[in-house]
Amino acid sequence: MAEITTNEKQAWTGGDKPFAASYGKLMMWFFLVSDALTFSGFLCAYGFMRFKYADVWPVAEDVFTHFPFLHGDHPLLFVALMTFILIMSSVTMVLAVNEGHKNNKNKVILWMGLTIIGGVAFLGSQAWEWGHFIHGDRGGIELSNHDIVHVVDADAHFYSIYDLVGVDSYADEVNISIDDVKQALLSDTQYGIRLTDKSVVSGDAAMAYLNNAEVVLGANLIRNEYGHQLFANFFYFITGFHGFHVFSGVVILIVIFINVIKGTYERRGHYEMVEKVGLYWHFVDLVWVFVFTFFYLV
Amino acid sequence: MSEQTGTWWIWRVFWILLFVTAVEVILGIIKPAVLIDNKLLGTTLLNLIFIILTIIKAAYIVMEFMHLGHEVKGLKWTILLPAIVLIPYLVFILLVEGHYIFGVL
Repeated sequence: MAEITTNEKQAWTGGDKPFAASYGKLMMWFFLVSDALTFSGFLCAYGFMRFKYADVWPVAEDVFTHFPFLHGDHPLLFVALMTFILIMSSVTMVLAVNEGHKNNKNKVILWMGLTIIGGVAFLGSQAWEWGHFIHGDRGGIELSNHDIVHVVDADAHFYSIYDLVGVDSYADEVNISIDDVKQALLSDTQYGIRLTDKSVVSGDAAMAYLNNAEVVLGANLIRNEYGHQLFANFFYFITGFHGFHVFSGVVILIVIFINVIKGTYERRGHYEMVEKVGLYWHFVDLVWVFVFTFFYLV
Repeated sequence: MSEQTGTWWIWRVFWILLFVTAVEVILGIIKPAVLIDNKLLGTTLLNLIFIILTIIKAAYIVMEFMHLGHEVKGLKWTILLPAIVLIPYLVFILLVEGHYIFGVL
């Protein structure tokens, strides 16, 4: 009975910790719940549009096929690397929290420093991924009915428009008109265009589709060479919103990192701030796990 | 709230996450025909496997790395219940609706 009285007293004077967690940690959790629901809203909206345009939605592994310094198609490899970087930085974050429990300042500095490096590496990878997505890969053709179609070779594999008309995609000024494409398709009929229903037409049959068509190079919020416009818009919005979380995470980590070095938490007697930023950092990793699955795998 | 000692449990979770991700990537690259041709609940077996593996990864991150599995019961369910109830509900209505609109467009 005596114990209950003390607890009640503490509760009435504000000294009680609900859920045996500190105010700061509790509020971080509540924020993360609301943020998780925000991300679910975005990903569900993506799923809605993907189901709505199921027949014309681009296949992710035809879109994200490149790896820095490697030639050829390597679908999934680069995002796998990005996932690995983020998981690894999550691990170094737990290690930092773990050392924080032991008030081991130098080890906290070491593991937090590595976490920041991981976060920056992830942001760099994402910048590369975005740069590649914006520049475009093989180019597409927008038909007069706004369907996006692609050039394919004799085996019905995607073929680059740049190669078809003989232009370097990284030249200073790239200008490919639909007439260049028409000419190239007529002069070499092994190449054709793949329509949205995945049938291939070539030669004169293809010309019938290319009236008033336009060449689309790269992707932005208005044009998207890879397929349905909403695919690009959701890609920019969801990975951008996640990337913004990573960026804020890195900034918060750096602030706490400086405080750790200055000895703020050593004087305070506990490293709870490291724990709180850790919760946020793991959440960023958690969201990526879902973005990875629903943007790149499924 | 028993504190785990040492760092072995961190590395254990790391290897699990790495292994699950590796399985996902390998399945995503080879795309076994048997998992694509067979469907369940309106999607391919492969997609279902991806989703289950994702939830396993998410559970390890939340329960171990974020330490939620070792918090008191009240806190654990305060965090988990809104997500467990609301997210599947939203997924259900939006995907059913999206599929319907695809059918009538």
